[in-house]
Amino acid sequence: MKTDHQSLNMPGEEILSNMLIKMYQIRYFEQVAGRLYQKGQVKGGVHPYIGQEAIAVGISAHLRKDDLITSTHRGHGHHIAKGADLNRLLAEVIGKETGYCKGRGGSMHVAAFDAGSLGAFAINASGLPVAVGAALSAILQDKDIVIIAYFGEGALAQGTLHESLNMASVWKLPVIFVCENNEYAVSTPSEMTISYQDMKALAEVYNMWGEDINGQDIMEVYETAGRVIKRTREGKGPAFIHARTYRFEGHYFGEPQIYRPREEVQEARNTLDPIRIFLDYLFTHNLMSQEEAQKIDQQAQEDIQKALTYAEESPEPKPEEYAKYVYA
Amino acid sequence: MSMPEKTESPREITYMLAIREALQAEMRRDSNVILLGEDVVRHGGGFGVSKELWEEFGDKQVRNTPISENGFVGVALGAAMTGMRPVVEIMFADFSALAIDQICNQAAKVRYMSGGQTKAPMVVRLPQGGLSWKSAAAQHSQSIEAWYVNVPGLKVVFPSTPYDVKGLLRSAIRDDNPVVFLEHKALYGFKGEVPADDYTIPLGQADIKRLGKDVTIVASGYMVHFALEAATQLAEAGIDAEVIDPRTLKPLDEEAIFVSVRKTHRVVMVQEASQSAGVAAEWVTRVQEVCFDWLDAPIRRLAGKDVPIPYANSLEQQVWPRPDDIVKAATEVCYR
Repeated sequence: MKTDHQSLNMPGEEILSNMLIKMYQIRYFEQVAGRLYQKGQVKGGVHPYIGQEAIAVGISAHLRKDDLITSTHRGHGHHIAKGADLNRLLAEVIGKETGYCKGRGGSMHVAAFDAGSLGAFAINASGLPVAVGAALSAILQDKDIVIIAYFGEGALAQGTLHESLNMASVWKLPVIFVCENNEYAVSTPSEMTISYQDMKALAEVYNMWGEDINGQDIMEVYETAGRVIKRTREGKGPAFIHARTYRFEGHYFGEPQIYRPREEVQEARNTLDPIRIFLDYLFTHNLMSQEEAQKIDQQAQEDIQKALTYAEESPEPKPEEYAKYVYA
Repeated sequence: MSMPEKTESPREITYMLAIREALQAEMRRDSNVILLGEDVVRHGGGFGVSKELWEEFGDKQVRNTPISENGFVGVALGAAMTGMRPVVEIMFADFSALAIDQICNQAAKVRYMSGGQTKAPMVVRLPQGGLSWKSAAAQHSQSIEAWYVNVPGLKVVFPSTPYDVKGLLRSAIRDDNPVVFLEHKALYGFKGEVPADDYTIPLGQADIKRLGKDVTIVASGYMVHFALEAATQLAEAGIDAEVIDPRTLKPLDEEAIFVSVRKTHRVVMVQEASQSAGVAAEWVTRVQEVCFDWLDAPIRRLAGKDVPIPYANSLEQQVWPRPDDIVKAATEVCYR
């Protein structure tokens, strides 16, 4: 679990605080979404990012506003980390007109184009070629942006993933593929369906830079992402980051999780909580006081409470406008 | 026929060259228009449509892709969402089945799913059909327009003449929505009058290919030419047929069909594609819902047989409607 922090290019205080508040915001956002689901206020499937917060937050700490991401059905965390407005994001999850997608997308299709998101593609691996296309667009328009394509390890079995890795490499595009391996594709453990476990070898096959990291340790994510984003932004081509993680909740809220023992989940919550790991690091290295951390925690709770009030008080889309936005 | 108001001198070019001219004109007009596809660089794509474009526009605007249909259509979508106007060629329309996720689940829906935050101005060019493009069998001869007409968010265009294909492709490229652009392979060598002028044809506008008063024949793609051939034969028998080409299959210019039906009171719908749930079924439904009281005979539908396209010539010729079938159906609805 421990990284050799001596070798890290240390983030400053502001970055550390910002990363911590984003992690808390994601955690509380998802918990609120879960409660709304239980109360029936959220009808569709909600796929929580709880347990995986360090990945998107550690990566986004290096992203500019004009850098782009493609997200997945488990996309709230990617969007919060990238800087999406919490009010509009939660309003979308509840299906309100004030939501980012005006209630047309919902939890699985959250999108925040004002924050550099190209949206959440809720079919496995389908966002990857879109990310490659955005990267092609970037070089054709001489922009020095990078595109982050998030996906789960279930996508490793999709042909579209392999097509995307191949094109990105052949054309040497500024796209970084981030595989969040949370061990289960819905109920299926990856070793039952993925024939290869060495992800650096996969990157090598596609002739691109590869990293295999502990996605629970935000300092490791931060350090790796910093190096990888820098080289891709400098025109050195695509990269593949495999981040080992674990989802603390079911595939979606309300999913019975009969495929894994409760003890396994409890053990993960006890030992792999990325927020706990980050706090331990901050306190051990005297980078933040307990009091400061509590203040940040409190602030995040208030931010989410405000977002909830905003979302709940917002109007629903007008029924007669169901066909709005089909065509440009 | 809606022809431009003025041309310097009438000029005949092929359907294929008309497509190339449309691409060339749009790529000159807007450097964000890019062409992607298998072999589009030196080979000119599957049929030579894009020959000489790479020589003029270079790597920035003309790019060969790997054989990854879903992947490169997704690339076009990502580029479209970030400021480009990609035109993608899929070598055969049949192969677009590999890209249906990106066309139907992603491109068609990004605007709606995002509540209007983004748009996908892209064209997917699909060479389709059989007929005089012979013996390509089951995986290289299909007419697949119905796959896409069913999907909200897409526009679907199927031009039948060199004049139409040029004007419609230019409009498709300028449209802010994903457009499935069907080209009939057997028409690539078909010549017709195409002015050198800078003209476009709006999407969603049908064209009357032949004026008539006794029976309406609705057809698209290659079937327009069979319908015109049938109309000539019908004229000899004293039946004056009107031929309507919707040109754009989605959105459908249904009003043009209704106007014709209210005049002739008799209709024959023709499609090359296999029959079940095809575009002709949709046309029939709309006409009977709106024009029932104007009809003097049941609507006839002619379509390809519900079989995979066979290889052997003796079998292949059985699956598509022929001009004689149209003559027979039109004669029947006129109770002659």
